[in-house]
Amino acid sequence: MAQVLVVTSGKGGVGKTTSTAALGAALAQSGKNVVVVDFDVGLRNLDLVMGAERRVVYDLINVVQGDAKLHQALIRDKRVETLSLLPASQTRDKDALTPEGVERVIGELREKFDWVICDSPAGIEKGAALAMHHADAAVVVTNPEVSSVRDSDRIIGLLDSKTVKAEKGERMEKHLLLTRYDPARAARGEMLKVEDVLEILSIPLLGIIPDSEEVLRASNLGSPVTLSNPSSAPARAYLDAARRLLGETVAMTVPSDRRGFIGRLLGRRAA
Amino acid sequence: MNLFSLFTRRGSAPVARERLQILLAHERTVTGRSDLAAILQEEILAVIAKHIAVDREKVHVKLDRGSAVSTLEIDIEMPGLATAPAGARPS
Repeated sequence: MAQVLVVTSGKGGVGKTTSTAALGAALAQSGKNVVVVDFDVGLRNLDLVMGAERRVVYDLINVVQGDAKLHQALIRDKRVETLSLLPASQTRDKDALTPEGVERVIGELREKFDWVICDSPAGIEKGAALAMHHADAAVVVTNPEVSSVRDSDRIIGLLDSKTVKAEKGERMEKHLLLTRYDPARAARGEMLKVEDVLEILSIPLLGIIPDSEEVLRASNLGSPVTLSNPSSAPARAYLDAARRLLGETVAMTVPSDRRGFIGRLLGRRAA
Repeated sequence: MNLFSLFTRRGSAPVARERLQILLAHERTVTGRSDLAAILQEEILAVIAKHIAVDREKVHVKLDRGSAVSTLEIDIEMPGLATAPAGARPS
């Protein structure tokens, strides 16, 4: 049974696209058939982060409007063969997305893939509403920062009221993904702690992604961070989060590059 | 200010946490209210529509949440009963 997952946040720039790419690649690396779908019509970026920007021929709007078949628009990843991308349109606006069209495309994707991961646009308007509407579960991407937490709270309210699941009276499964986290600053009281954000939003934690330069490096290279450098701290955090999505129990840690390096130095000195 | 220096020594995160808790407690009741009123309106309308043909426009659900007392006001205008004079009522 396919799982439709929406990656959403309300606020822009918190790491939705990075997280969609990293989680999608991580699930595909574990052998699942995965498609990542860009819902940010007019401002597409998932193609760029995935390194597929020069391979886009048809897009979500073409499929929604019946101008192209789904298989013509899907782009198969060159690194992981079970990973595909359905890009958004760069030239159209979000009004080209119709609820009926989106429903049909999501239905077709459910038949082809194990995981359908929808990268939501920022905001709470039509694009974000359509991205979440057919989801079975949601990943709420949040930075430990007041405006991001507030917007996530708003999005959680919408997930509980404006989705097919909510309208049927079923519970929407929601996961918190805390990104750009700096454990040292949190310990010094300069940044909201994991526990603070969890207490305020009260949804279960999927993972803590440490603030890392590896994330920018990955997007520079056009590769999900779980593929560009799987042993880096953010990649390990995303890989753990993906395993939790698959139902595994993985101890919650904040992976760190720095501590690992010092650890290795200390290890060497001790030896 | 004493209180301020106390916070700065502790770092700014506790301030962020407190501000968010107060803000969201308020915002949740506000957005919750509009959603709840809309849901109630739909469901009440569905129940009434089973028995009487009512105009959707003539059903009003108003929810007021005060600090001490909250009120739910339901105003339904019935066709041919309340609006029309008694003599004009179809038998």
